Amino acid sequence: MTVWVEVDLCNGCKRCVKTCPYGAVEVVDGKAHILDNCTSCGACIQACKPHALQTDVEPRKIPDFSDRKGIWVFAEQRDGVLTPVSLELLGKAQELAGDLGQGVSAVLLGYKVSDLCGKLGEYGADNVYLVEHRALKDYRTIAYAKAIEELVMAFKPNILLMGATHIGRDLAPRVSRRVGVGLTADCTDLSIDPEEKILLQTRPAFGGNVMATIANRYSRPQMATVRPGVMEVNRKAEKKTKIIKQRISLTEKEIGTKVLEVVREKKRGVKLDQAKVIVAGGRGVGSHEEMKALFSLAGTLEGEVAGTRIIVEEGWLPVEQQVGQTGQTVRPELYIACGISGAIQHRAGMLGSRYVIAINSDERAPIFGVADWGVVGDLHEVVPALTRKIKASKKKQGK
Amino acid sequence: MNIIVLVKQVPDTTEVKLDPKTGNLIREGIESIINPDDVHALEAAIDLKESHGGKITVLSMGPPQAIDAISEAMGMGADEGILLSDRAFAGADTWATSTTLGKAIEKVENYDLVLCGRQAIDGDTAQIGPQVAEYLNLPQVSYAYDIEKVTKKSMVVKRRLEDGFEKILCPLPAVLTVIGDMNRPRYPHVARLIDACGEKAKIKIWNTADIGAQTRDVGLEGSLTHVIKTFAPKFKRQGEMLQGDTETIVEELVGKLKENMLI
Repeated sequence: MTVWVEVDLCNGCKRCVKTCPYGAVEVVDGKAHILDNCTSCGACIQACKPHALQTDVEPRKIPDFSDRKGIWVFAEQRDGVLTPVSLELLGKAQELAGDLGQGVSAVLLGYKVSDLCGKLGEYGADNVYLVEHRALKDYRTIAYAKAIEELVMAFKPNILLMGATHIGRDLAPRVSRRVGVGLTADCTDLSIDPEEKILLQTRPAFGGNVMATIANRYSRPQMATVRPGVMEVNRKAEKKTKIIKQRISLTEKEIGTKVLEVVREKKRGVKLDQAKVIVAGGRGVGSHEEMKALFSLAGTLEGEVAGTRIIVEEGWLPVEQQVGQTGQTVRPELYIACGISGAIQHRAGMLGSRYVIAINSDERAPIFGVADWGVVGDLHEVVPALTRKIKASKKKQGK
Repeated sequence: MNIIVLVKQVPDTTEVKLDPKTGNLIREGIESIINPDDVHALEAAIDLKESHGGKITVLSMGPPQAIDAISEAMGMGADEGILLSDRAFAGADTWATSTTLGKAIEKVENYDLVLCGRQAIDGDTAQIGPQVAEYLNLPQVSYAYDIEKVTKKSMVVKRRLEDGFEKILCPLPAVLTVIGDMNRPRYPHVARLIDACGEKAKIKIWNTADIGAQTRDVGLEGSLTHVIKTFAPKFKRQGEMLQGDTETIVEELVGKLKENMLI
C-alpha cells in the first residue's frame, strides 16, 4: 500500500503539501515527491486536482451508524458534587444537539446521587441515565467503565463526552477500549461537520504549537475528552428531564481495586478556573519578593494570582497556580500578564480570557500578539501605579 | 518482581515549530528525548527492582532510531529492551498503538507490573496506559506518585487528584501510569550505557508478524481516529499598544477597565 506521483500529470500546485497532515509531501522542481514518513492516509489524493497522486490503498468503508443517536455527557461527581466541567460539557452538547437534531443526555453514576438529576436538567440534559450502586460510591476505574459500557450497549449513543479531569482521563480511555471506539483527548473545540454530520474534534498537539482537527469516522460513540474551563455553560430556565434508571451487577472481585483513603489537601482556596480576574506573573517579575506587587493588584481587583511554569519552578507559587499547557486552562473576564513573554505553552492556557492586558519590557514579546491592551514598560513601576489608580477610582465610586 | 516499562521517544516539544508557508511541522534538527513522565516510570521500576529483585524490560514503539531511547533506559538500569518497529506501525492513533503494545506485552512472559508515564509531551493524550490496561484486562492506577506496601499479590498506590490524593489497594499484575512527583530519576550509568549501545546489547526488534498482528490491526490502517487537518493556532485580539509615561498609561488602562465594566 503506497501513494505515488504520476509525474506527467503533476502541475506542482502544492495543494498536496498543504493537505498532508504528516508533512510527507514536498514539491521539488515543480513536481510532488512522497517522503518516507508517508502513512498512505490518502488526504493528498482528494486534494489533487489533476489526479497526479494515486494509490493502491482501498478506501476504507464507513459503517452505517444511522441508529446511533444522542449526545451524552459523563456527569462526573465526587461526594455528591458535580464537577464544573460536566456542566460546561452540557452547554456544548446542547449546541451539537441543535446541529444534529438529537437530544442531550447526562450519564450519572454513584451511590445516592439521584438528587443531582435536577441540576443536570437545568444545565441542558433532556435525559439522565442514572446508575446507582454501593460499589460506585467512590470512583473506581473498572466499576465505572463497566457501568458506562452497559449503558452504551443498551442505548447506542452517537457522541460521548467527558471532562479531561484526573477521573475523566482515567475513565475515558478505558471505556473507549472496552466498547471498541476511538477517543480524542483534551479537545478545545468541538463542532459538527455540516456535510458528513460527524464530530470534528480540535485539540492542541506538540505542546500547543500545532492545532489538529480529528475525526472518528469508523466507530460509535464518537468519544472525546474536553479540558475544564474551555466550554461555556448554558443554563436553561425550565426543563423537563427524564430519568432513566439502569440496574447493574458489580462484584468486588471484578473491580479489583479498593479505595483505602481519599484525602483532600487543604489549600489556600485558590480556584483559578473560577476566578473573574487573574494577575499572572512570568520570568520578568524577577524575584519572589516582587510577587507581592502582583498580589496587591489581584487583591484590589478581587482576583487571584497565577504564574507561568518558570514561576512555579522557582517556587514562587504552588503548582496549582500554574497557567498553561502543563498547568491549568483559565477563562477569566480579565487576565493581566506581567513580565510574561507569552510562549505558546503559556498562551494555550489563557486564550479563553475575555480581556487581556500585557505588561512587558520587551516590545517584541509574543504576549502582545494575544493582548487587548499592551504596555511596554517596567512592570515594577506599572503594576503598583495601576494598583493605586484602581484603588483611587474605586474610592471615588464609593466602593 | 518483573516489570515492563513502556517508553516513547519524543521530540523536545519546546523546540517544535510550524513552517509558516506549508503549515507543516519542522522536525529537522530537533533533539529526541525519552518522554519525561516515562523516565519517572523507569526510575520507579529500578527502585522496585532494587528492593524486591526481578527484571526490567523496556518496551517502545517507534522508528528505528527509537532504539536510542531503549539504550538510554538500559543505561539507567533496565535489563532488556524490545523495540516495536515496522513501517506498518506508522500513523497509529492511541487505539492502534495500544493494540500493538498490548500484543507485544502478551509475548513477554511472567510480568507482575506494567509501568508507563502518564502522558507523552508530543501528544499529551494520557490514553495509552489505560487503553493498554483494558487490552490486557488488568486493573490500572493512573497519576500514580507513590508506591507502598508491595507484596507478591498487591501494592498500595497513591494517586494524585486535583485537590488531594487517594490511596488505592491494587492487585497485581496491574498497569500504573506515573507522574513526575514519583521520584527523581537517576542519570544513565556510563558503563551500562556503553554496553546498551553495543552489539551485544539485549535489545530485540519486533515487527507486525513478530507480535502476531495483521497490518490491518496496526498503524494508520488499524486506527479509529484520523487527523483531518493541522494548523497553527490563531489569536484574535484588539492588540492596542498604549503609549506615554506610566501615569498616562495607567490612567488610560483604568479607563478601558471601566468602559468594559471590569471595575
